[in-house]
Amino acid sequence: MKLGRRIQLPLIASQVMATWGPLLVIAVLLLLAPLLVSEFRLGLLGKFLTFAILALSLNLIWGYGGMLSLGHGVFFGLGGYAMAMFLKLEAAGGKLPDFMFWSGLERLPLFWWPFKYAWIAFPLTFVVPAVLGGALGYLVFRSRITGVYFALITQALALMVSILFVGQQPYTGGTNGITNYSTIMGFSVFSQGTQLALYYISVGTLVGIYLILQFALASRFGRLLVAMRDDENRVRFMGYNPVVLKTLVFTVSCGIAGVAGALFVPQVGIISPSNMGILPSIEVAVWVAVGGRGTLWGPVIGAILVNSAKTTLSESFPLFWQFFLGGLFIGSVLIFPTGIVGFLRGDAKQFVRKISLSRARALLQSGARGVFK
Amino acid sequence: MAESILSVEALTVSFSGFTVLDNLDFSLEQGELRFIIGPNGAGKTTLLDLITGKTKPDSGNIFFNGGTDLTKRQEHDLVRLGIGRKFQTPSVFTSLTVYENLEVSIGFRTRLGGLFRSAGKEDAEWIQRTLEQVRLAERSDVPAGELSHGEKQWLEIGMLLAQEPKLLLLDEPVAGMTHRERMLTGELLQTIGQDRTVVVVEHDMGFVRQFAQKVTVLHQGKVLSEGSIEIVASDQKVIRAYLGRSRTLQGGESNSRLDRQTASAGSTQGGAHNGL
Repeated sequence: MKLGRRIQLPLIASQVMATWGPLLVIAVLLLLAPLLVSEFRLGLLGKFLTFAILALSLNLIWGYGGMLSLGHGVFFGLGGYAMAMFLKLEAAGGKLPDFMFWSGLERLPLFWWPFKYAWIAFPLTFVVPAVLGGALGYLVFRSRITGVYFALITQALALMVSILFVGQQPYTGGTNGITNYSTIMGFSVFSQGTQLALYYISVGTLVGIYLILQFALASRFGRLLVAMRDDENRVRFMGYNPVVLKTLVFTVSCGIAGVAGALFVPQVGIISPSNMGILPSIEVAVWVAVGGRGTLWGPVIGAILVNSAKTTLSESFPLFWQFFLGGLFIGSVLIFPTGIVGFLRGDAKQFVRKISLSRARALLQSGARGVFK
Repeated sequence: MAESILSVEALTVSFSGFTVLDNLDFSLEQGELRFIIGPNGAGKTTLLDLITGKTKPDSGNIFFNGGTDLTKRQEHDLVRLGIGRKFQTPSVFTSLTVYENLEVSIGFRTRLGGLFRSAGKEDAEWIQRTLEQVRLAERSDVPAGELSHGEKQWLEIGMLLAQEPKLLLLDEPVAGMTHRERMLTGELLQTIGQDRTVVVVEHDMGFVRQFAQKVTVLHQGKVLSEGSIEIVASDQKVIRAYLGRSRTLQGGESNSRLDRQTASAGSTQGGAHNGL
């Protein structure tokens, strides 16, 4: 079997590269970035990394589990608010936070108390969105609501929660959100050193979550998740309870989105309802679709590239950005259902063959259907 | 007399005023291979839906293995009791390979945490055995979406075997298969049926004639006739039901739709010239 082995070795090497290569390249680039770009650009990149974590969380349920959430901004926001409450209380130094004082509150509301302590507040950035997501998920999945109806419900959630947060000004800071932090665990939030540390923590979290997901998705559990995307009914008639599985995955995804929000807040310095409404939630889906859903590194690339484009374009043509975003989404759904990753893998050839007028309509229909799967 | 594995008692279900199953009584003995036939709308698939928990009845009970009432339970629960079901259209996981399909189907007994580890040696051996049993050993690494229609049906039967069902329900397992695939499937069913009770809902009379031991004819939600294929096929009530009108058939069976189906299913055109 000498011949067989000679052929196999490069095969194994290429398999290893396919699994680890993208992560390795991304991680090295991100670790070197502080040496290569200006402080301002690094700050932006740090923010984009938290978006990349958010994209990973949506990709878990959408790309692998077939559940499109158009409300992931909410869970990102909840994690962000949990962190912001902690920072705000630290900045207030034992007094009542400024916006509460202006709104006429005299005492700190009870639900703010746990956020005085880092050891409670930090885990809560995961737990609060996970619990809300888990509860919503359980109710929705138990009623066997799937596909486009699930997307609509999560979109309604985004609208509902952002309106709720705007309306409850004394407790949430209203439209302005929560801002004006001073220190994080004693370190000045906006000093160069703290920001660099936060950047590295974001890189570490991204890589960590990436590795956990890679492990989970390569296991039998990952294949079960894909099986559920293909045919939920068959999974049910195979003795699994899809409600439990979907709720579990959705809960974890919401928790990860919350962690992304928690890392976003100290780097950007503000969280407000505008971070958790319908538009920011849909943007997440665009990053994932553009990068390549159902692949692990696609959404990471998608989040960073789309947001870089957003910054560049809205610096030079502020009005143009929204059209570009819309075009990008339509384009990625119709032309590249597998996103940038698919393009690099060479799915492009397939498309060129497909693009004839007679087939365009069928393509449009199948593309539109595929979005909710 | 063998022990009864399933007994359906006074089962009634209706959808928006239309009674699909009407006070149906039906029972299965341990280890038999039973075929259910009947005209369209007779309630065959609905009966399977009720046994597997997909639909809940308006009234009546279904007892399994001497006492468990199936009408009160959820689908995945019933699978764990030992009831497996194959749907009319082949439903396999198209983006997973044949091997992975079987791997997912064997995993349901593993606790959730166990799914993060790779499958044990026993499971791997089982998968290999099943691949051979359903004639897909050569296709193990092919995505299930690329299988032919017949191969998908076999894969799904293989996936069902993972459940080690005591009762296996198959809804039109040979629909759309070639003649050769039909024969192989029939043989497969007979092998599988050696250790369990199997129910086959089928339209293809040629297939039924070849492999059925006992046939139940459903019509308008009731059992119209039951017995060996010869007895059932010569039953005047059955002939009338398939013709859809009451007239006596002096000219023999060749006029009945039942027999025409037999003829055309046997891929001879002879029968088709008879009748209307």
